[in-house]
Amino acid sequence: MIVAESKPLEAISAMLQRYEKVLAVGCGTCVTVCFAGGRKEVATLAASLRMKRGIEGKPLEVAEAFVQRQCEWEYIEPLAEQVKKYDAVLSLGCGVGVQTLAERFPGTRVLPALNTLFMGLPTEAGVWEERCQACGACVLDKTGGICPVSRCAKQLFNGPCGGSQNGVCEVDKSVPCAWHMIWERADALGMTDALMEIEPPKNWASSRDGGLRRMVRDDLRTPTEDGGNE
Amino acid sequence: MSVEFKPEVVAFCCRHCAYAAADLAGGGRQAYPSAIKIVELPCTGRMDVVNVLHAFESGADGVLVAGCLSGKCHYIKGNLYARQRVNYLKALLDEIGLESERLRMVNISAAMGIRFAELANEHVECVRKLGPNPLRSAAKQGVAA
Repeated sequence: MIVAESKPLEAISAMLQRYEKVLAVGCGTCVTVCFAGGRKEVATLAASLRMKRGIEGKPLEVAEAFVQRQCEWEYIEPLAEQVKKYDAVLSLGCGVGVQTLAERFPGTRVLPALNTLFMGLPTEAGVWEERCQACGACVLDKTGGICPVSRCAKQLFNGPCGGSQNGVCEVDKSVPCAWHMIWERADALGMTDALMEIEPPKNWASSRDGGLRRMVRDDLRTPTEDGGNE
Repeated sequence: MSVEFKPEVVAFCCRHCAYAAADLAGGGRQAYPSAIKIVELPCTGRMDVVNVLHAFESGADGVLVAGCLSGKCHYIKGNLYARQRVNYLKALLDEIGLESERLRMVNISAAMGIRFAELANEHVECVRKLGPNPLRSAAKQGVAA
């Protein structure tokens, strides 16, 4: 899932200083599961903002809305009429949700209430950890399902390095050494031989090169009328 | 002015301890302020952050959360979760600009009627010193509208 956390109330309040009526929009997918932008978080933030502005003597009307997924046109379309009634939209979605709303409603200011952090999973109640950086060229087949891109501080492809001590990374004692784990996993799977081969430098072209990344599936695109006959 | 101020305090009480203790206090003729408005919960673990915020937004001058003694929760850890939420709420109230002292969590047993009355009196007195919730007049206007 995409993991996010709320911006400080002060920062959100500062963004809304010039407005009197805002629509807070939650998202029912990733940010609900990580307790950052679900229905309860929308209600909590809306009440907090109304109270803060009430105490400051500049009342703010904050209406609450919720869509199952902020990152798809079909799901945000029902907001179209509601959005027109407000000075601004406060999105409790991830960065994708904020931009989808901003793109669909270009005449309305759309503001982010969350900081989007990473793609990861809950490792225990109240704790989330990164697992994927969307590098665009997955190597998990070679590393026993443990990602060196997101979990090794140096993003090494031939590890571990000298900073690995008793399975712990030198950058922080709370960070397990990814390559220590990779070797242990390979040992358990009887695959250590494969790790003895030197992995050449990774091609990062698919990761952060040439602006936004785009995925196209021709088989899923809307057919054109002149698709042709065989 | 402070003489006229009559605080209103919402008390979220677990039915297994504080709610019964409040009943015992009443039965034992232990006085606690009429300012306390009790909301019975099956466990303080049921108390949501939004419930407390809405109480303050609606004009409550204080909120008391009363749960079972540590280790005595009927649902194992409900009172401990409530304590964590209260701590979160206290930080949030400070960010909002409302004194976090207006919110207090206490732990008692069903047999502690006298203690319940003492704690209720203490919290109401604390809130009285802080003065009215600044949102009170706005909340009343909202109700009138």
